[in-house]
Amino acid sequence: MTNSWTDIKNTDLVLIMGGNAAEAHPCGFKWVTEAMQQRKAKLIVVDPRFTRSAAVADYYAPIRVGTDIAFLAGVINYLLSKDRIHLDYVKLNTDATFLTKEGYAFEDGFFSGYNGERRSYDKSTWGYQTGKDGYVLTDDTLQNPLCVFQQMKKHYARYTPELVSRITGTPQDQFLKVCEMLAATSAPDKVMTICYALGWTQHTVGSQNIRTMAMIQLLLGNMGRPGGGVNALRGHANVQGITDMCAYSEVLSGYLSAPTDADDTRAKYLETRTGKPLRPNQMAFTQNFPKWHTSLMKAYYGNAATKDNQFAYDWLPKRDAAYDILAMFERMHQGKMNGFLCQGFNPLAAVPNKKKLSAGLAKLKFLVVMDPLETETSEFWKNYGPLNDVDPTKIATEVFRFPTSCFAEETGTFTNSSRVISWKEKAVDPPGLAKPDSEIIARLFVKLREMYAKDGGTLPEPIAALNWPYINASAPHPAELLREINGRALADVMSPPDPKNPAAPPTVLVKAGDQLPGFAMLRDDGSTSCGNWIYAGCWGPTGNLTARRDNSDPTGLGVFPNWGFAWPANRRILYNRASADANGKPWDPSRKYLAWNGSSWAGGADIPDIRPDAAPEQGVGAFIMNPEGVARLHAVGMAEGPFPEHYEPFETPVGVNLMCPTNAKAVSNPAARVYKGDLEAFGRKEEFPYAATTYRLTEHLHYWTKHSRSNAIVQPAPFVEIGVDLAKEKGIRQGDRVRVKSNRGEVVAACVVTKRMKALDVNGKKVHHVGIPIHWGFKGVTQNGYLANALTPFVGDANSQTPEFKAFLVNIEKA
Amino acid sequence: MSSLQSLDVVARSATTLPTPQIRTAAPHVAKLIDESKCIGCKACQVACMNWNDLRDDIGNNVGVYDNPSDLTPSSWTVMKFFEVEPTEGNLEWLIRKDGCMHCEDPGCLKACPSPGAIVKYANGIVDFVSENCIGCGYCVKGCPFDVPRISQKDNKAYKCTLCSDRVSVGLEPACVKTCPTGAISYGTKDDMVAYGNRRAEELKERGHQNAGLYNPEGVGGTHVMYVLKHADKPQLEDLPANPSVSPLVSLWKGTTKPLAVASMLGAMVLGFFHYMKVGPIEEKEKTEKEGA
Repeated sequence: MTNSWTDIKNTDLVLIMGGNAAEAHPCGFKWVTEAMQQRKAKLIVVDPRFTRSAAVADYYAPIRVGTDIAFLAGVINYLLSKDRIHLDYVKLNTDATFLTKEGYAFEDGFFSGYNGERRSYDKSTWGYQTGKDGYVLTDDTLQNPLCVFQQMKKHYARYTPELVSRITGTPQDQFLKVCEMLAATSAPDKVMTICYALGWTQHTVGSQNIRTMAMIQLLLGNMGRPGGGVNALRGHANVQGITDMCAYSEVLSGYLSAPTDADDTRAKYLETRTGKPLRPNQMAFTQNFPKWHTSLMKAYYGNAATKDNQFAYDWLPKRDAAYDILAMFERMHQGKMNGFLCQGFNPLAAVPNKKKLSAGLAKLKFLVVMDPLETETSEFWKNYGPLNDVDPTKIATEVFRFPTSCFAEETGTFTNSSRVISWKEKAVDPPGLAKPDSEIIARLFVKLREMYAKDGGTLPEPIAALNWPYINASAPHPAELLREINGRALADVMSPPDPKNPAAPPTVLVKAGDQLPGFAMLRDDGSTSCGNWIYAGCWGPTGNLTARRDNSDPTGLGVFPNWGFAWPANRRILYNRASADANGKPWDPSRKYLAWNGSSWAGGADIPDIRPDAAPEQGVGAFIMNPEGVARLHAVGMAEGPFPEHYEPFETPVGVNLMCPTNAKAVSNPAARVYKGDLEAFGRKEEFPYAATTYRLTEHLHYWTKHSRSNAIVQPAPFVEIGVDLAKEKGIRQGDRVRVKSNRGEVVAACVVTKRMKALDVNGKKVHHVGIPIHWGFKGVTQNGYLANALTPFVGDANSQTPEFKAFLVNIEKA
Repeated sequence: MSSLQSLDVVARSATTLPTPQIRTAAPHVAKLIDESKCIGCKACQVACMNWNDLRDDIGNNVGVYDNPSDLTPSSWTVMKFFEVEPTEGNLEWLIRKDGCMHCEDPGCLKACPSPGAIVKYANGIVDFVSENCIGCGYCVKGCPFDVPRISQKDNKAYKCTLCSDRVSVGLEPACVKTCPTGAISYGTKDDMVAYGNRRAEELKERGHQNAGLYNPEGVGGTHVMYVLKHADKPQLEDLPANPSVSPLVSLWKGTTKPLAVASMLGAMVLGFFHYMKVGPIEEKEKTEKEGA
């Protein structure tokens, strides 16, 4: 979240789209009900299904799965064509005034630079024009046809309400009603928040779904403000912590982009990642990248990381190709992987196309499953009749099951959607021989280190030299780990030279050995160590701030500054400089969050997200992580184009992209990666005519709670949902058993026939939806069921490779 | 269920004499369920089963979200989901937490023939005392909301206690404590009526013109109340529009009972005089012959 759960209470309008907060985040949803009751805020839900969120909403509009960009692009067109934007905010805080390159173009579904063979773009024509001084050229009048504002206007003018309705199936009047409600928050004293979740990310255009919304929030002037923001609701108690700490291959801790084959030297690696201001006076905060990275290397390798060995840069793995979850299972499926350590993860249930996964797992020599529960993955080799129809005599994979402790059985932290890190103590001991994950990993490491010491090996240093300073090497204490993550001074940290008084001797800011108070103290000379720069300050010199439980809220704005610790720097709303106008006055005096007091931004409700002494007249932008200093309406970082464009899901019930009906190559995301064999596994609308989507129910959490009796009682058995019309067509009655088939597999379950899923009129044809909750499998105390991901396609978002669980094609019949 | 002594009993089933009372300050309590804030998450169901150590059977899906699909001896509260169109084409998904309403004039208590099996406390809670229950099922017939359920295992009646055990020590009911959205409130009856009316006004401002408090007069008001979006049509959610204690119960316990008692007494008196006058019935000596 750019803002926080508790901040939702400050809003005037909540949009829930690409998520179902009431269903999947019932506890956080209390802040929505709070805003509705106390502030008279309105709630809009846009979803293919009339959800539990819709049940308490003021307004609901249906939409076909996988067409969110078309809907939101239509909103952008509405805002721009009717002049319903917060213009002062847009000029101050976005790149609307920046001039784009002359060669930039968009035509018939493709942006300039497309290479069809490689399914990727040469982005050299995207981006801004720069002058001789290295700064971007701008046009403050917004009239130049090359400026981002005009380019954006041109791009989105194509999304007329009529066309949007034909693509999305949302009736025009309902679409326009939503537009009008959103547009009302363009007033400086009105703010909207958007809550989304996996309903946006799990698409082949997932990242662009979110970007389109971010653009709307910028046009309406709602970013960085109390009650505003673009808010990702995370689906596990600690999944924010996992992404922050980098449990995946593309980044190192703290979102530091990981080195690839191309980064053969440290200098080159740092150079390409260190930001330089694109406009005068901008903070371009990523210019500190070398400090974050060097401190991380010191945390990894301690004294073994020195200036002379480039701070052990050569010991870091350099990525030669993609290693995301789909790429991993593709390799496994090709027989290119021997072993798989599967920690707190149930891929057989949680990754698309179960058949392919099962075949991949069967090609492994060994599989280690670390989990508190008996997962389906750990028994992929066992025959469970039609639910898991495999032949164990043909599978040679050796499976090891390491029972781990559950969250209540271990001390440590959770990081929630609000980026708040909360310390918690263990409540009970784990049962039997179960151990915390950290202990299992530590024991593995100690054993490996012994083996390298005894037997030697190719490049032993990354293991042999790893910094392992824990009192008990086999079981690091979570407090030791969190202190290491926060970081400490290895030598005295000195103040930088004072520009006003260069002759003054430097003072000691942090003494050697002390915990660091924040990331501003990090150095790139090896004098500091920090396991994750964004967490710096969470366990500073005054102790463990994540254990704070002070629920006072001095400003009444839901900040709770002394409850836990929010990264970065205990800041509760990101980009909060944008809550004030060009002169530093709050846009809405009744929600005064930050203000320039003549000499400083400090003293407001929150930690300023800007240099505290940056006077407004210096023009320092609120979006300090961008070298532009402003937010991007035109973003070159995206794989499929600088402006979000509608593309159909890879399995489309329409078969054509109405935005470029003659270009068969741009029906679905032209930059998304499709593996050989997976293309053939896509189904066609002639055979699988219904748009399907998978989702969670409030009674369960993923594939865990089917092991819990209380949860099993309140939602005991698998089901799928269809609308009344489709049920009539198919002769299916309430509670009948039905078979749902995709081109990859099938699911048999009870059928919930509901008025809450209506057939939509898409391009003159009726499109029916089939809803498939995911929670059942062949392990647990609920009634057994088929894994929903037997149905889903093996293709992901072009930027993040998040699988397209939310939009695919099926057929349905009475079982 | 209850065996609490710390709450004053003001009414006892099948008992005409009032229970002695010394305390007078017990305020009436009430639970208020605000339908407009309820998301049907069933956390209240789980809290109820956990607090009361109940675990119902793991059932099946019968084509609806409701699970268990109705109240049972082990599920004292369940969420009921209603897909309705109060006006043509305007779908609403109304979700109602079903359970005992704790009537001020409880039909179950009136109907119960077993002394002390159902009690009403001074704070308004209606509670079943299992050890006195004879499993006759009259409470089921007496309830205008179809709430009590008879267990097949021990042949006793069960329902929500409004957490009388928690309330008696100053805690709110388990469902209230667990509700994540603040849809369930608990307090004195007066406060809850005031809050419920205020919420109804707020909902009217939001466009729910028929919002209102459900606190039916026919049973003397209830200690579990709803704020309904369509208070004019409680039938939409399977709630009786004008609930009252069944006339049969009133007839039986009202008019018939004294008459029955009178006829029983009459029979005894007649019997006594018959005995005094005619003497005992002589047993004929048949058994020996039959045994032979």
